Amino acid sequence: MSNGSTLANLFSSITLRRRMKYVLYIIIALVAITFAIFPVLWVLSASFDPLNSLATQKLIPDNASLKNYTDLLSDPINPYLKWWWNSLKISTITSILVVLVTVLGSYAFSRFRFIGRQSLLITILLVQVFPNTLAVVAIFLIIQQIGQYIPSLGLNSHGGLILVYLGGALGGNVWLMKGFFDSIPRELDESAMIDGASHWQAFRNVILPLAQPMIVVIGILTFIGTYGDVIIARVLIKSAEQYTLAIGLWMFIEGWYTVKWGAFAAGALMAAAPVLVLFYLLQDLIVSGLTAGAVKG
Amino acid sequence: MIINYLCLAIIDAFALWFVQQTLFDGVWFLAGTITIITVGINIIFLKRDLFPLRWLSPGLALMLLMVIFPLAYTIYTAFTNYSDVHLLTKQQAIRIIEQANYLPEGAVTYKWSAYRNPSGEYILWLTSEDEDNYIARRGDAIQEYQPGTVDVGALDEDGVPISIEDSERLSRVESVQHINELSQLEFGIPPDIIVISTLDKAASFQQKYHYDSDLDIVRDDETGVIYEPIEGTFTSADSGTIRPSYRVPIGWDNFLRLYRSPALQGPLIRVFLWTIAFALLAVLTTFVLGLFLSLIFNDPLLPVQIRKLIRSFLLIPYAIPFFLSVLTWRGMLNPHVGVVNRILETTISASPPWLSDPWWAKGAVLLVNLWLGFPYMMLITTGALQSIPHEIYDAAQVDGANTWNRFWRITLPLLLVSVGPLLVFSFAFNFNNFNVIYLLNNGGPPMPETPSPVGHTDILISYSFRLAFEGGRGGDYGYAAAISIIIFLVLSAITLYQFRFARYWEEVSENV
Repeated sequence: MSNGSTLANLFSSITLRRRMKYVLYIIIALVAITFAIFPVLWVLSASFDPLNSLATQKLIPDNASLKNYTDLLSDPINPYLKWWWNSLKISTITSILVVLVTVLGSYAFSRFRFIGRQSLLITILLVQVFPNTLAVVAIFLIIQQIGQYIPSLGLNSHGGLILVYLGGALGGNVWLMKGFFDSIPRELDESAMIDGASHWQAFRNVILPLAQPMIVVIGILTFIGTYGDVIIARVLIKSAEQYTLAIGLWMFIEGWYTVKWGAFAAGALMAAAPVLVLFYLLQDLIVSGLTAGAVKG
Repeated sequence: MIINYLCLAIIDAFALWFVQQTLFDGVWFLAGTITIITVGINIIFLKRDLFPLRWLSPGLALMLLMVIFPLAYTIYTAFTNYSDVHLLTKQQAIRIIEQANYLPEGAVTYKWSAYRNPSGEYILWLTSEDEDNYIARRGDAIQEYQPGTVDVGALDEDGVPISIEDSERLSRVESVQHINELSQLEFGIPPDIIVISTLDKAASFQQKYHYDSDLDIVRDDETGVIYEPIEGTFTSADSGTIRPSYRVPIGWDNFLRLYRSPALQGPLIRVFLWTIAFALLAVLTTFVLGLFLSLIFNDPLLPVQIRKLIRSFLLIPYAIPFFLSVLTWRGMLNPHVGVVNRILETTISASPPWLSDPWWAKGAVLLVNLWLGFPYMMLITTGALQSIPHEIYDAAQVDGANTWNRFWRITLPLLLVSVGPLLVFSFAFNFNNFNVIYLLNNGGPPMPETPSPVGHTDILISYSFRLAFEGGRGGDYGYAAAISIIIFLVLSAITLYQFRFARYWEEVSENV
């Protein structure tokens, strides 16, 4: 029976190793998850802590209440709801226009063959390497100059901000969208055109409905990117009424950490909410879009 | 078709108006860009065989205006003295300079009465020494009063009306009260300007400076002094200057300033080295943690549902807008009352000066960036790991390779092939990672005794930002742009590398 017992030994040592490995993995997972969600839990707790203080906050607040939320929303100097609305407005308009520009351009790249097509596509990719943060000084000066003639596109205007964001409309998105259009069989729109449809009609009635998933991804990625922009908005927008959430919350908490912590936490949670919802609703789509080569930024 | 032409006509009319305005002010580059874009749109829409470009024209126009033009304009600005002091174009500056007035000796003087309408605008009634009467308004030519032409009220014993149109005459007391405000105002339009000089007297002022475009000088008519333009400021022989100054190209001066001044050079070199170190370490730390986690949670040992759940939790940092996370971390890392130090205090009784010590601050920036960045690395490495064919591992196992060998000889090399380009992009992204640096600590702690504010964690982009928009010397846009060009060069080198050596080019060409 010596044979059988060695086999059993071997077997049990493998399960033991497997078990130890299992436990180890779970421990690693717990440590990593703690690292990842601790700041979120901490902010969540701070937002319900009526003491509103960085120094005395506990993970489970005593006397939890909504005081921070009501304080923040009724603060006359810091119009939080206005910022929220500004951010929502700017990001929505930007993503709609970006999607529009992207689908038009991608259709041309996918369905037409014209001189300079390849070099244009590569130029678009190259230009991406130089983000507009890099030219922020020049952008500030240009918007200042434009504003001398058209104030609604100048400094401290949402129009000017959106104009700058739209500069990158023809970017990596075009590559994603063009790839998607390429995967739609040409026969579909060609047969529509044989039936007498113009390019525009084939595009609107055949291609666009099919491209809906990609349109949603690009729209949401643009929304999230615009919503989170700090540097351009900081440079162009000057007055509290015109702030986006990013700038508003930043100016709100800058220098006031010890006394405004709870209200900031409440504001941060409400600011993160729309993006979190969008992200987890479309997690799979966004992840596949990312791994296709788009860097969040 | 008609709608097309109508739209084109509207765009053209608008562009024409805009270009005319900008040319008048000497804003050449903006005028040029708008002209190029408009001409381009016209060609595209009028030439039938260019119709594919019609679809691209909105995107191309926006890209030209807001990406390519700013990049080019950054380069131009780096060679100018553009700053808050040298803000205007020459044309704009001259126009302001020529608005200055002076009271010549022996100027014609008038007795005056002021009238104010309900909206607070003033009108003057002037009586010259020859007993002629005039009505002077702001921004309008002075007109001699002829009875019946203007609707004036009854005249008093001195022949001065009690009202003009809807404006009521100010009493003597009111005039005294408002004399300061009134004496600031100019009535009439150049060259005939009337300004109140005393309670009894208003006088005809004259334009002080005249610009002579042939000689490119400004002459002061009051003193006769000649001012010549020197580096964007009209300067006299004895170094007197006229405000405002204007922007002009100054060649390599911004770069020479960097090169010659040790006070500027010291911080710049430190910032440059830290930028590279930060970008490298940021990629390395996030990649290592991301890869480690994705290796573990790719292992089929754990059930699929649990792995998915864990991954969802680990994605949270990525799903929250970065600015919120960084601002939150700033509070948590507060050395005295932040939660991180409170925990460290009670567990290992240490409280590192996270944001105030140069080295700890660097650590803090990397720590926060690790938190922000590892989920992205986990995502892309998970995808890449799953695409490595399993047969390779089986073959390696047959050859007796242990886990360690399999990782270093198979997994990592294959992984780097597929995620390599993304790592280079990530390096370029972190090279400009303004949010983490600036929101966490404003680039601080500050370096002592530098001519412009700069901190120990500042990277090139935040340094350039601070030169332009922060600090005592006021927006030094030319110099800030010169710093941006350094970033531009580094990123260009990276891109070139990407395309040349990583054979990314072919991959791209295949996709085209």
